[in-house]
Amino acid sequence: MAAGVGRWGGLTAETVRSVKHVDVWSRLLLQQMAKIGLDSVPIAVFIAVFTGIVLSLQASYTFTGAVPLYFVGVLVGKTMMLELGPVLTGLALSGRVGANIAAELGTMRVTEQIDALETMAYPPVAYLVLPRVLAGIIMFPVVTALAIAVGIGSGWITALQLLDMSTPEFVRGLTLFFEPFDVTFAFIKATSFGFVVTTIGCLFGFHTRGGAEGVGKSTTQAVVVSSMAILVLDAFWAVTLL
Amino acid sequence: MSIRLEGVYKAFGEVRVLEGFSLEVEEGETLVVLGRSGSGKSVMLKHIVGLLIPDRGGVWVDGRHVSELSTEELYLLRREVGYVFQFAALFDSMSVSENVGMGLQRLERVSRGEIRDRVEECLELVGLEGFGDRLPAELSGGQKKRAGIARAIATRPKYLLYDEPTTGLDPITKAVIDRLILRMSRELGVTGVVITHDMESAYKVADRIAMLHMGQRRFLGTPEEIRATEDPVVKGFIEGRPELLENAS
Repeated sequence: MAAGVGRWGGLTAETVRSVKHVDVWSRLLLQQMAKIGLDSVPIAVFIAVFTGIVLSLQASYTFTGAVPLYFVGVLVGKTMMLELGPVLTGLALSGRVGANIAAELGTMRVTEQIDALETMAYPPVAYLVLPRVLAGIIMFPVVTALAIAVGIGSGWITALQLLDMSTPEFVRGLTLFFEPFDVTFAFIKATSFGFVVTTIGCLFGFHTRGGAEGVGKSTTQAVVVSSMAILVLDAFWAVTLL
Repeated sequence: MSIRLEGVYKAFGEVRVLEGFSLEVEEGETLVVLGRSGSGKSVMLKHIVGLLIPDRGGVWVDGRHVSELSTEELYLLRREVGYVFQFAALFDSMSVSENVGMGLQRLERVSRGEIRDRVEECLELVGLEGFGDRLPAELSGGQKKRAGIARAIATRPKYLLYDEPTTGLDPITKAVIDRLILRMSRELGVTGVVITHDMESAYKVADRIAMLHMGQRRFLGTPEEIRATEDPVVKGFIEGRPELLENAS
């Protein structure tokens, strides 16, 4: 565990030092942003749609007879922004993005492609790690923002169609306890999730050993460790910022 | 000396691969390194470009102590070296042309037009003209290997390190690669280190032949000298007679 954290710290430090090789990483950044961000939109939206529906229905089930129904908007808005939007998107992307990075870099390691990069004088961290980490830091908040909007939207449509609520009622609940800091909080979480998912994916991919079996093992470890890191970070931000 | 390995020790955990291996490669010569599978030939080659650092001993290229170079100095050294990997190590997501042009993009003052021309020229040299737009997955094993060689020679390096360049190739392709190695050495003065099991190729391309056995250098001499050797380990290897090796050990 301590050795793993040490290696992660070492890779992170090397990633920061690699920023100076702008000519190497800059031309790969857009490509990675598309791969990590745009390609993740369908899964993030899919999860957000159903999360919004369930939140709306569960809020109504809990509040009926005890709390005014417009509180459905409070619960959907706050929960999507503060918790489920960033965390569910982060977990989904740790599976999609983290696994993809670990498998790709792991395959490159065992087939000597990373060695080949080095022999051609390409700094491998600047070429392979930095564009992925930057793309994760930039695109996780964008995808999360979209997921939050879609989740709130699907919760609103559910409230209109299945709970006999009106739009003004739902919006009243949505804005009742809204704080601009909620948005900042969601972005801080999403940015940190983007950082850990990409760095952990790169770490396990980079240190892959032993052919196809090694690639499979690295991929699984990347997903498990980055999912755990997301949950730990989630609690950390709640304790320190709320 | 152009390339010098002196008393190199390298172990991976409990497995000791090199145990005081020494070798000198003269400028402009092609030196073939023989040895059984798993004897540490590829490990030795990786030390020359600093992909591996010796546990003990040292490696010098043009008088530069490889393991003591800064990162920037190491990259400068690597620009002078072309490395042909055993399994080609082509980048899966790039076309053959992009693979061959990768090293050129790191060189200063090489225009896009020059890169395109040099890529075409190198693909032609290895008999892969017209294959530039293909992905590595669309090539056969031999074609991948040839694309790997084209990538290594594209930067017109001072040193070429070949890790089993002809293993698994058909006789015609083998002959093409052997001629290319000879041409690199004779016409362009490139210093080459070739790892191979293929004795026919070794005799064709080598100025000198070394044999790596049990982590140390067992033999160093000309092709004529190795043919005449009475060392049972070397003789057993080059003649494919395992009984000689067994009796020797």
